[in-house]
Amino acid sequence: MAAVQDGGSELEGEKEPKPELMNDGSTAPAAAPSSRPEDQQTLLAVLQFLKRNKLIESVDALRREAGLADEPEEAPGSEAAGGAGGAAAGSGELGDAGALLSRVSGGSQSAAAPAPAKGGDDQPDVSVVLSAYSQQGDPSLYQVYYSGLKKFIESVLDCHRAELSQLFYPLFVHMYLELVYNNHESEAKSFFEKFNGDQECYYQDDLRVLSGLTKKEHMKGNETLLDFRTSRFVLRISRDSYQLLKRHLQERQNNQIWNIIQEHLYIDIFDGMPRSKSQIDSMSGSLAGEAKREDNKTKVYYGLLKEPEIEVPLDDEDEEAENEEGKPKKKKPKKDSMGSKSKKQDPNAPQQNRIPLPELKDSDKLDKIMYMKEATKRIRLGPESLPSICFYTFLNAYQGLTAVDFTDDSSLLAGGFADSTVRVWSVTPKKLRKVKSAADLGMIDKESDDVLERIMDEKTASECKILYGHSGPVYGVSFSPDRNYLLSSSEDGTIRLWSLQTFTCLVAYKGHNYPVWDTQFSPYGYYFVSGGHDRVARLWATDHYQPLRMFAGHLADITCTRFHPNSNYVATGSADRTIRLWDVLNGHCVRVLTGHKGPIHTLAFSPNGKYLASGSTDGRVLLWDIGHGLMIGELKGHTDTIYALRFSRDGEILASGSMDNTVRLWDAIRAFDDVETDDFTAATGHVHLPDNSQELLLGTYLSKSTPVIHLHFTRRNLLLSAGAYNSQ
Amino acid sequence: KQLEKLKFTSCWNCPFHLKWCSSSIQSPRAPELNCLMAEERRQKQCSVVLPSESMKAMAESMGVGQLQEDSCVALSEEVSYRIKEIAQDALKFMHHGKRRKLTTSDIDYPLKLKNVEPLYGFQSQDFIPFRFASGGGRELHFYEEKEVDLSDIISTPLPRVPLDVSLKAHWLSIDGVQPSIPENPPPATKEQQKAESTEPLKAVKPGQEEDGSIQGKGQSGTSAEVKGKEKLRMKPRSTHELSVEQQLYYKEITEACVGSCEAKRAEALQSIATDPGLYQMLPRFSTFISEGVRVNVVQNNLALLIYLMRMMKALMDNPTLYLEKYLHELLPAVVTCIVSKQLCLRPDVDNHWALRDFAARLMAQSCKTFSTTTNNIQSRITKTFTKSWLDDRTQWTTRYGCIAGLSELGPDVIKTLIIPRLTVEGVRIKAVMEGLVVSNIDKIGADHVQSLLLKHCASVIAKIRPAPDVVDQYRTDYGYLGPMLCSHVVKARTQAALQAQTVNRTTLTITQVPTTLTITQVPSGGSRTPSIIKVPSSLTLMSTRPATPTQPSPPATKYIVMATSAGAASTQQVTRQTLTSFLNRNTAPAGTYTVTTIPHRPPGLAKHATVTASPPPAPSPVPSSSLVLQSHSPAPSSSPLFSTVLQSPLQYRLTVPSSVPSSSPLTSSSFSPVLQPPLKSCPPVPSSILVLRPLFSPLSSLAIQPCLPAPSSRAVLQPCLPVCPAALSSSPVFHSRPPPPLQSCPPVPSSSPFLQPCLPVLSSSLVLQSCPPAPSSVPYLSPRPSVPVLQSPSSSSRPPVASLM
Repeated sequence: MAAVQDGGSELEGEKEPKPELMNDGSTAPAAAPSSRPEDQQTLLAVLQFLKRNKLIESVDALRREAGLADEPEEAPGSEAAGGAGGAAAGSGELGDAGALLSRVSGGSQSAAAPAPAKGGDDQPDVSVVLSAYSQQGDPSLYQVYYSGLKKFIESVLDCHRAELSQLFYPLFVHMYLELVYNNHESEAKSFFEKFNGDQECYYQDDLRVLSGLTKKEHMKGNETLLDFRTSRFVLRISRDSYQLLKRHLQERQNNQIWNIIQEHLYIDIFDGMPRSKSQIDSMSGSLAGEAKREDNKTKVYYGLLKEPEIEVPLDDEDEEAENEEGKPKKKKPKKDSMGSKSKKQDPNAPQQNRIPLPELKDSDKLDKIMYMKEATKRIRLGPESLPSICFYTFLNAYQGLTAVDFTDDSSLLAGGFADSTVRVWSVTPKKLRKVKSAADLGMIDKESDDVLERIMDEKTASECKILYGHSGPVYGVSFSPDRNYLLSSSEDGTIRLWSLQTFTCLVAYKGHNYPVWDTQFSPYGYYFVSGGHDRVARLWATDHYQPLRMFAGHLADITCTRFHPNSNYVATGSADRTIRLWDVLNGHCVRVLTGHKGPIHTLAFSPNGKYLASGSTDGRVLLWDIGHGLMIGELKGHTDTIYALRFSRDGEILASGSMDNTVRLWDAIRAFDDVETDDFTAATGHVHLPDNSQELLLGTYLSKSTPVIHLHFTRRNLLLSAGAYNSQ
Repeated sequence: KQLEKLKFTSCWNCPFHLKWCSSSIQSPRAPELNCLMAEERRQKQCSVVLPSESMKAMAESMGVGQLQEDSCVALSEEVSYRIKEIAQDALKFMHHGKRRKLTTSDIDYPLKLKNVEPLYGFQSQDFIPFRFASGGGRELHFYEEKEVDLSDIISTPLPRVPLDVSLKAHWLSIDGVQPSIPENPPPATKEQQKAESTEPLKAVKPGQEEDGSIQGKGQSGTSAEVKGKEKLRMKPRSTHELSVEQQLYYKEITEACVGSCEAKRAEALQSIATDPGLYQMLPRFSTFISEGVRVNVVQNNLALLIYLMRMMKALMDNPTLYLEKYLHELLPAVVTCIVSKQLCLRPDVDNHWALRDFAARLMAQSCKTFSTTTNNIQSRITKTFTKSWLDDRTQWTTRYGCIAGLSELGPDVIKTLIIPRLTVEGVRIKAVMEGLVVSNIDKIGADHVQSLLLKHCASVIAKIRPAPDVVDQYRTDYGYLGPMLCSHVVKARTQAALQAQTVNRTTLTITQVPTTLTITQVPSGGSRTPSIIKVPSSLTLMSTRPATPTQPSPPATKYIVMATSAGAASTQQVTRQTLTSFLNRNTAPAGTYTVTTIPHRPPGLAKHATVTASPPPAPSPVPSSSLVLQSHSPAPSSSPLFSTVLQSPLQYRLTVPSSVPSSSPLTSSSFSPVLQPPLKSCPPVPSSILVLRPLFSPLSSLAIQPCLPAPSSRAVLQPCLPVCPAALSSSPVFHSRPPPPLQSCPPVPSSSPFLQPCLPVLSSSLVLQSCPPAPSSVPYLSPRPSVPVLQSPSSSSRPPVASLM
């Protein structure tokens, strides 16, 4: 027994540092998510393949280049042997550990070697990657193995059962894929039919994909499958449970399962109490299991940047007006608090110049002043004083409205449509005007005071302007903070920058070759982020036609992108049901947040930058603490995809808008306060989520068959919402 | 080794090949794609594979014959897999398009992603133009390609230009409270209102329910008491108090509606028609209208009646209101406005005809919307109209109203009820027009009736009569009105032809009713055909089973009229009367009328009565469709009389078809106590009265409920008989309330706060239905004498129904 225990700890000892090694090893933003040991495996597979096809020269060449000895060639063999010869528990354990050791060391050796099989190909070559499945046992025994494990897990103590149940899904998938890969079609089918009912309901979507996949040929080019293969499914299991499992597998000599666990699963072992079912359920659901603890260890500077000092010129009229209203006293302390806040450096804030930000122009300063003035008139929201909601309904949109954005000052509204147009409305009496033509501009007296007025062409004034240029549905629109530009991203793979002075297209940013689902300007302008079907989020600057950063790591489409209020981080939500937070400075992924059970369609940062809210197709809003990388709340209530989330200007209220035609208001303050994040939970990430959605829900407002697809709080905390009327 | 290599290459090539194949096959496979997706939804996890026969068919269509079975299977699996993949991607595009409905473009984009040429030509947003057909063991998907006449397209006026996207702002919430404005969904949906009215117990809050049951337990006294408690609990618990704002609103709206400022009224009506939050005020509005009509009919205040009808119309236009609960108040008011003898102070000058027209349209609309098999509104209304129309002493105004009301019900009703009577009516009109001593008012009335008949009948006749319109022919067929009708029909024909030429969708445009009174538009076109009962409604009887028969099948029409009335105990005794009448509308002289009575039980009742009609004296053939025989299975005792009853009115009717005054009350009453007095005055439709009355006037029957057990007796009936004809000729009937459904009566009692007294009534009216008619007729008849006196506006200035209340 003792030997086993030691072996186990040794194994973990080996396992634990591995990710660090990976992190250190990868200097560039990981272009391909596959880890080194997998490269190693790939290499082996290639070698085997070449050998089989009698391309001995290539084998030699490759081997020389990779700096491999003959040793790894035997690796699979030894693995199998180790498994087979594991009659004596201790020796088998050692054998396994040895194999793992050798692999890890091999991985570190070949870390620098580029995987030749990948060549210039963006996507890993599938057949080679898949060849890892080539090791096979008796296909008819798979069901026996699986049901044996099932029986075991069902028989263990309750406290372990929930944890070990996590194994079902990844094992199921990988066993199925192995069967399919080895052309045991009928076995695969019966295996699938027998056990697919056991899987958690939130994996249904993936299972559906899997069920269609019945032939080896289908595996080629299937994204879901690639995701499974190229990433290890991450499980978090307590040490006790893990050892229980290991002992069982060794006693039963269940090599098939053990091999899968070794090769395709990443088991993140922690000390302490096993987690409960609800804890596990709240965190699982993503395509590749939970986030590793290490992924969320990096420090995130979530504080806000110091506001530039701008003296607010006290407007006399304003002052008088205030006086008339009889509230002159209230104004002063507010001003002071604001001033003191900006002077004090937030310890959690990043360096002011961590990311180079554009300098403030005069017009920006004016806007800031306007903002502060408005802020003083802001309504304090809370459970007792709910915001008023103004709904902008798009009529006659014929189901074509795909994206909406408001400017920060709520003066303009942009809509992206399925007919490839972008339309800009002015929601204030001020009409939209174009700048005069060049010839006319020449005639203007440039010295005059109202030159900005004069350059506008009064004849073109209208409430709505249409921007033509895209050749596919426009899935994302975003105004620049200074209201001079508009970004739009579309199915045609481009992001376009439009001028709101001339209402023409300035740049088409080409980089994504596939539909771009979302784009957003940085809160300070200049930068913007985009993400789409190619699973890569890109950071751009308006004056570069190529992206500055590529954020790769998601396993499925990036469905939404959002800048952190301090512009140092970018959050992306994806169809792989994870949220990732990326550091703009170095392109690293600093947070992986799992817990959603469906593609994430909207994200919102709290105004203080500390929290993140996310909404997905499963109709739930999840709240995250960015600093700790923890889920801290779950808001249930919506019955359909949530397309819009927004915090009020002071962060007291969270508004969510959904496909189910409702706008709901949640008590954000209370949601954040209810969760106590002590050191333990912060360290382990095991949070007990209070089930208090109903108490947090402050209001539900039903619209008339109008899905809510955008929400926006004005500077005075009036909530604007937008959606297209859907006549059915 | 060589083999292995081969296998490898084939392994590699095969998918490529397959993919190529599949992608090329996919484009014509679009229908399959849709099937597959539908199927996928149905059985989520199971792997659905296209049948390999389709592969073969596809291959053949591409010129590849002799596809091996194996390749077929392989191909079909591959294709199914690819299609599924595309479907899954399409879902993604749907989500990002922020839609719940998958469109064809959602499938195009994934194809584009996979570098497959999208399927062009399926851009339609809403439907997929495939039709499915199966037969002879074959299943087909095909495009429905209609032949299109180019000249049609060229001459068709251009369709409306689709409106551009526009932006509209409204308040979804003000300080956390959602205002009830038309832009927001109604606070209580129609379904909720309906549920509240039909299943009040479910709406009761749990606390209250518990309370009630505890009380019931505590009082466990006599069972009657408990029952009383339960009945009490049936009453709605919902509070009907209005907030101050609502009271103000109500005041403003009602004042504006009947006030003098037209602009204000328009605004108020608009508000009533669109506001979603009115359901709490609905009982008030309903009472307002019905009371208002009562008072103003007496005072002959035409303007106010018009305003009230417009208000009613606005209520009906409001999509959020569940009006069914208040029909018992609203419909009588509308009927009053249609048929009342006098609606204005100066009948010769004022245009009360327009009000009648408008109310008739309103009635038709409500028949269309509210008539169900349980409440039979349409048939009851039809019967009411027919009955008073057929009465000779009906005034021209009422006559006009009845005809208008009937003809608004749609061409079927016109065809079966009005056209056959054209001759008779022609004679009557002729008498007035060419007669010497006639009052001006009668003349105007006759004139209006004539033009109304012409207007409505012309279009119908144009449809049912073959083309050559010969004046003489018309004269023989339709009597006095014939020639005029002929010219109208010719006009209608040319107009229809003209419209068919110019307008593509004739059905929509032709049936559009021009509005005379309204600001709000008339219910959008469509046909105003009765939806529930296709048979001439006056012929159907109130039967516990929904009217059985029968589309009239020209030229010889068979009407099978089924009357059901209950016999003793619970078993229903069904008496079927088959009246087969051969109607040769155009040419044939009066034929043989066979009346067959086939009562199922008791057997002694079975009679076959053959009535040979003597040819009518009038030159025109007998318009005999209105000829109806009806019997409620009488008590056994009366059965010997029965056959004579059947025969005699019929014969009587046949011999004097047009100018029936009324038969002597005594003669008919002596036949049977069962066939109600109405028979005398109105032989053709004897049926309706008995059943109709109790239905329409639950209140009256309420009054008599105690005497229900009284067995049938002629003695009781006798005294009231003389009065009845008068009752029929005037309009009081319409003021009573029709409780909507017969069988399922709970809605009314439970919902309306005003109807609480109705609760026992309804049960009684049910009883009326199911017990032998004789006893029920007694309670019914006893209050009757007072009614006509009160009702006739000329004789009394009191609100007509006051006594009923």
